[in-house]
Amino acid sequence: MSVRRSAATAWRVLAQLRRDPRTLAMILVVPPVLMLLLRYAFDSSALLFQHVAPILIAIFPFVLMFVITSVAMLRERTTGTLERLLSMPIAKLDLLVGYGLAFAAVAIVQVALVVAFVLGPLGVTIAGSVFVLALFAVLDALLGMALGLCLSALARTEFQAVQLLPAVVFPQLLVCGLFAPRAQMAGVLQGLADVFPLTYAVDGVTRAAASTGWTGSLRLDLAVVALCIPVALGLGALTLQRRTG
Amino acid sequence: MGAVTVAERTLPTGWGIIHRMVNSVEVEGLEVIRGRRHVLSDLSLTVTAGTVTGLLGPSGSGKSTLIRAIVGVQKIAAGSVRVLGLPAGAAALRHDVGYLTQEPSVYRDLTVRENLRYFAALLGVGAARVDQVIADVSLGDHAGQRVDRLSGGQQSRVSLATAMLGEPRVLVLDEPTVGLDPLLREELWTLFHRLGAAGVTLLISSHVMEEATRCQRLLLLRDGRLLADDTPEALLRSTGQADMDAAFLALVRAAGSVA
Repeated sequence: MSVRRSAATAWRVLAQLRRDPRTLAMILVVPPVLMLLLRYAFDSSALLFQHVAPILIAIFPFVLMFVITSVAMLRERTTGTLERLLSMPIAKLDLLVGYGLAFAAVAIVQVALVVAFVLGPLGVTIAGSVFVLALFAVLDALLGMALGLCLSALARTEFQAVQLLPAVVFPQLLVCGLFAPRAQMAGVLQGLADVFPLTYAVDGVTRAAASTGWTGSLRLDLAVVALCIPVALGLGALTLQRRTG
Repeated sequence: MGAVTVAERTLPTGWGIIHRMVNSVEVEGLEVIRGRRHVLSDLSLTVTAGTVTGLLGPSGSGKSTLIRAIVGVQKIAAGSVRVLGLPAGAAALRHDVGYLTQEPSVYRDLTVRENLRYFAALLGVGAARVDQVIADVSLGDHAGQRVDRLSGGQQSRVSLATAMLGEPRVLVLDEPTVGLDPLLREELWTLFHRLGAAGVTLLISSHVMEEATRCQRLLLLRDGRLLADDTPEALLRSTGQADMDAAFLALVRAAGSVA
């Protein structure tokens, strides 16, 4: 591990994002716009929106970061820059941590914007702490990033990378408790939900929005989400093969 | 570091003859199989330290695969590849081996200087060296431009500058002069020879036979086998031909009639 190399990589990734205003706009503007859309989709049931909004604060950054980082890492593979990096003195983890740092910085801005928009202009009130809600949202974005970096190894083309979204993210979305309470789902799906990291992310924001206390369940949610990030990054490092066919 | 590299570093300059006989690259019995195809078959060769060695052959002959094996990014089925006395791809070699891929492997959405600054940070070299390599590949006027706004030849020179950035002792270049005008090609070959004279080992692939005459030694590859390993002059002499294209044809025919 080298701080210098990770920091240089983070700086490079941020410089690339700065050169790509459309992607940056997508990261920062899309979540608030979707929230606005949803607010009026639930126009006649403000209470339901109150309930759903915190969950979506966790899900939108997760999904966006997943897509963007899986394509970004795939691009490193297909343009040959990954092969060059792996023939240079940089540890695989330096590279992944560099990505992590860069996208963490972006995720903080992204979450700050969407939380401010939902709690301000959209008038959602939460009983819990805004800070804990935002913390969960940032961790969810990082989880999406780590999974994206790790699973991009499964894709050979950008078409395939985009297909990872329905293949990997949708199942997690369907059973995470957003569409139906988990307790009402078939037993198999409950078991499935228990092993999907997004379930804990969604459970966490729901609890964080509902009350101020640091309950045991909230701590468990936080621990699972926070642990899944380094695990996914570690698995991601395993997918970076210095020698290829 | 192996004994060879220590010896090279500590030899006084008067021992130039011995120094020249040290091999920077040693390939033995190398086999690379892709699918069912033998891309490289029982390949053995050496590259002498401080020389400019040309790796020539038609496209599809296995040049890039051999280069990837020497850099240590190619999965190999059998055989051994040693660079500076160490197994190819060893962590200790990552400072000593510069690698230019055929496609320009730099970040197209960054400027020339941003690319080099990033790779410089990874290698631990300073800003002065960045400016130096940009000048070496004649891109001084384009340092602030995004790579994707440059021509193909300019892009590959950004990639070349990156390969030279860490002052590696071995430079492995896959088609560095493709698509360049004659003047630039001339400049690059002068640069390569200057590096060779300074003790850098260069292995340069090309599918243009005409470039062979610029090398001190030639490795001719065809269908994953070594067709010849000699100086350009000796190859012309032994085949009795006037130019490299004809010499290559004569070698292919000779190999065919034996087999």
